[in-house]
Amino acid sequence: MQWETVIGLEIHAQLATNSKIFSGASIAFGAEPNTQACNVDLGMPGVLPVLNEEVVRMAVKFGAAIGAELGQRSVFARKNYFYPDLPKGYQISQFELPIVGLGEVDIVLDDGSVKPIGVTRAHLEEDAGKSLHEDFHGMTGIDLNRAGTPLLEIVSEPDMRSAKEAVAYAKVVHQIVQYIGICDGNMQEGSFRVDANVSVRPKGQKEFGTRAELKNINSFRFIEKAINIEVERQIDVIEAGGKVVQETRLYDADRDETRSMRSKEEANDYRYFPDPDLLPVEFDDAFVAAVTADMPELPEAKCKRFSEQYGFGAKDAVALIASRELADYFEAVAKSSGDAKLSANWVMGDLSGALNRDGKSITESPLAAEMLGGLIQRILDNTISGKIAKQVFEAMWNGEGSVDEIIEAKGLKQITDSGAIEQIVDEVIAANPQQVENYRSAEEQKRGKMLGFFVGQVMKASNGKANPQQVNELLKQKL
Amino acid sequence: MSLVRDDVEKIAHLARLAVNGDELDSVAAGLSDILQMVEQMSSVDTAGVTPMAHPLHMTQPLRPDRVTEENRRDLFQSIAPQTEDGLYLVPKVIE
Amino acid sequence: MHNKSISELASGLRAGEFSSVELVQHYLGRIGSLDKGLNSFITVCGERAMAQARAADEQLASGVTGPLTGIPIAQKDIFCTQGVKTSCGSRMLDSFISPYDATVVSKLQAAGAVTLGKANMDEFAMGSSNETSWYGPVKNPWDTDKVPGGSSGGSAAAVAARLCAAATGTDTGGSIRQPAAFCGITGLKPTYGRVSRYGMIAFASSLDQGGPMTRSAEDAALMLQVMAGVDNRDSTSVDEPVPDYSVTLGDDLDGLRIGLPKEYFDAGLDAEVAASIDLAIAEYKKLGAEVVEITLPNTALAVPTYYVVAPAECSSNLARFDGVRYGHRCDDPKDLEDLYKRSRSEGFGAEVKRRILIGTYALSAGYYDAYYLKAQQIRHLISDDFKRAFERVDVIMGPTTPSTAFGIGEKADDPVTMYLSDIYTIAVNLAGLPGMSIPVQPVSGRPVGLQLIGNYFAEAKLLNVAHRLQQATEWHLAAPDGFE
Repeated sequence: MQWETVIGLEIHAQLATNSKIFSGASIAFGAEPNTQACNVDLGMPGVLPVLNEEVVRMAVKFGAAIGAELGQRSVFARKNYFYPDLPKGYQISQFELPIVGLGEVDIVLDDGSVKPIGVTRAHLEEDAGKSLHEDFHGMTGIDLNRAGTPLLEIVSEPDMRSAKEAVAYAKVVHQIVQYIGICDGNMQEGSFRVDANVSVRPKGQKEFGTRAELKNINSFRFIEKAINIEVERQIDVIEAGGKVVQETRLYDADRDETRSMRSKEEANDYRYFPDPDLLPVEFDDAFVAAVTADMPELPEAKCKRFSEQYGFGAKDAVALIASRELADYFEAVAKSSGDAKLSANWVMGDLSGALNRDGKSITESPLAAEMLGGLIQRILDNTISGKIAKQVFEAMWNGEGSVDEIIEAKGLKQITDSGAIEQIVDEVIAANPQQVENYRSAEEQKRGKMLGFFVGQVMKASNGKANPQQVNELLKQKL
Repeated sequence: MSLVRDDVEKIAHLARLAVNGDELDSVAAGLSDILQMVEQMSSVDTAGVTPMAHPLHMTQPLRPDRVTEENRRDLFQSIAPQTEDGLYLVPKVIE
Repeated sequence: MHNKSISELASGLRAGEFSSVELVQHYLGRIGSLDKGLNSFITVCGERAMAQARAADEQLASGVTGPLTGIPIAQKDIFCTQGVKTSCGSRMLDSFISPYDATVVSKLQAAGAVTLGKANMDEFAMGSSNETSWYGPVKNPWDTDKVPGGSSGGSAAAVAARLCAAATGTDTGGSIRQPAAFCGITGLKPTYGRVSRYGMIAFASSLDQGGPMTRSAEDAALMLQVMAGVDNRDSTSVDEPVPDYSVTLGDDLDGLRIGLPKEYFDAGLDAEVAASIDLAIAEYKKLGAEVVEITLPNTALAVPTYYVVAPAECSSNLARFDGVRYGHRCDDPKDLEDLYKRSRSEGFGAEVKRRILIGTYALSAGYYDAYYLKAQQIRHLISDDFKRAFERVDVIMGPTTPSTAFGIGEKADDPVTMYLSDIYTIAVNLAGLPGMSIPVQPVSGRPVGLQLIGNYFAEAKLLNVAHRLQQATEWHLAAPDGFE
């Protein structure tokens, strides 16, 4: 039988605020256990939540970015269940009236076609704490620093039909939340968490199959692996005559398998009801306008502009807009150098290589965009050749100075004085009589290739500094 | 509406309250008495009536995104039943 | 000294007739000798109160004083008080030394009030008789075989017995007004949102409201003045200016329109209580008020609606008591579920468990619409009843309770009968309106409360109306035998 996979994603994006969603405690990552859990986060008797205005702004920003309906009246609800990392015995979330309604994002498929993926809703909620299972005399330790950290849960429609599509969608959302500055996107630290609802059905069948919810997927690579492994499992179950059970399954990256989390399954009747400690959140068009006034150019628009403005192909444009910081960096280089193509080559080539090698992000680059732009200018004005430029780049990377200082100090300035070049050319011709003879007796069409030998010799003799164009011309004349 | 033992067991578990087997019937009867009193509500036609979650028609005030709380772990944990290395301890959670 | 009003005490302190230390010692002495028979305090903060009194005396000497400097009060044990056990009347919180102050506590402290101790109450404010307290029942000072009412029974008894100059209470379905009525004192439940709920341990968040319990409307005005106001730690507190409650106390009542809801004077009302209410109404007529009969047609639905809304909210509010971060934890839990179930079952009493179970049921899958949603809709209808009434009248009056204080143990085994005794007070909470109970002519030596219900934020009007009756009559001055 032919099977079709159906996937919907629930993405939890941790909002990049200073303080928690309902309290004034810090959300900084990595603090000592329970030092960032105030009485509100701890669910002390009598405490009350007060909503952080920034989370509302961020949610609205996201809604605007995906062209969603914005719930101008949204309500917080309590999701009731007992768990040691959930201090109040309920999670404050949104149920019936989320802040962000139906929206859409586009993904690009392998064949270059565009597929829209529906976003059912996005709602605000508080994160839970962490259970630490290391051995405390056979007990579990609870750290509530993360409790109350603001999350935007982005729920997609079951529109994806393969693990690849799911990854593409997750990447687009990942890119958007970072572009609009509401989430740092760090998957290792759990700032961007993806749960996948996966089911299979015989091809052609309309009804969805029973789904399993995959949790604990903390990289894009694992999204693909986890979904594929789960799809295989479900098909095996059905083909063996069994039934897929609706349940939560944990992805174990070490074993590359999914397994049932039975502990979370029993009797989940969450008894949602509107949180009486919080009032309906309301905002008007003016609020939306104010929030979206400083909305940056979104990835899709930027990609289109790069293609048009700089004449890049789709692949280059996509690569350059991978992050807002990278795109901004590139544009600054292009502006200061005056040559977009060459700038793109340098940013995606030598610069990206060096960043990768040293494990740095674009914002940590030791080379400011203007410095790289300056380097490219020196290529364009023939001060140095492209080859020498790589040498200068390394020196700049290592902090040896500005482009001109390095060229000066290392004597890398290109030799354009035709007298000086002529002298070297003469020496090379004199030193290689046999090759000169061969060249002269060769047919016209073979000479091009043979000229390379002399160019190489001249460049070598000039330590790469001779202007290659002038060298070519002089050699042709003299030979 | 009257409750039976199974109902009581189910809601007691949801509420994480222990109700012993020999109490189930009397608890069920006690709760049923209350529900019977509550049943009066069903005599009212509420079609089209907006549910009232709050007495006052207000909207949620917003708090500026500032860190205002400092670390008071020692004080908070001085009243905790069991802690170690700054963590609250509970019987092992099996996932 | 203990029969003086707050303003008399304040001027005595300022004039140097007595010091706060002397005043506090006097009250602590009374508590020591008289409270054994009443059990109105869970915790007496002797040393802490003396330290506060000494600080108050220094302030008085320096002339920099707050409105309540040196005045000894009691806090209902539902208000978190930093460094002091805050039990909420429950075994669950018997070990809970609050790490922070409720807004009401910090406001009263900032105003200079001295906290004598924490008043007894029904467990988690769930009860109408103070019999559900883990610390034992409170006795009514007028008749120690009778209940003081609840849930603010300790506060009411302590004020009536002159064991404090004033006290705080909270009212979710009548918990200030009903014990005020049973104990012959003045109790005011403000408009929902008028007094911050921050640090007031939640029972039913959309209904709970703190307020003063005093011997007079004049004292209540002084207390509310300090307690009221918006709080940026409570999203549901209202940003509405707090008027000066004392300046309008004496306004005349000429032309005041009093509404008497016919549903509050039906067959369920004790005839003698009705007679006392009539007597008070007659006094108001003498003061120039007009009386109008009104109807609140959904009155009978208030108790059923309340017993869905309040338990539903409480079932969720009390989920935090899980034995993990504070409060009671069972011995040697064998696993997580055992920790939860035993800690909660040992920590909570029968009434609290009953309400948690009802509320859990009302919110559970398949029943939400029939119970919780339905109750929220009827709540709207009840609220509309009052809205219509206040188009015609300035204040609604009636009995606070159908009868005078009942006997200890009399209704303890019959929750539904107990619930129904709050028939006149509960609708006010559902609507979020301010309500007050003031003492009128007693029946066979037992106090009777007249309930005044005002429109939203009409606390000043209620205090004015109450004060004028108290100027014209002496019912509120009576003290129980042995506590004069």
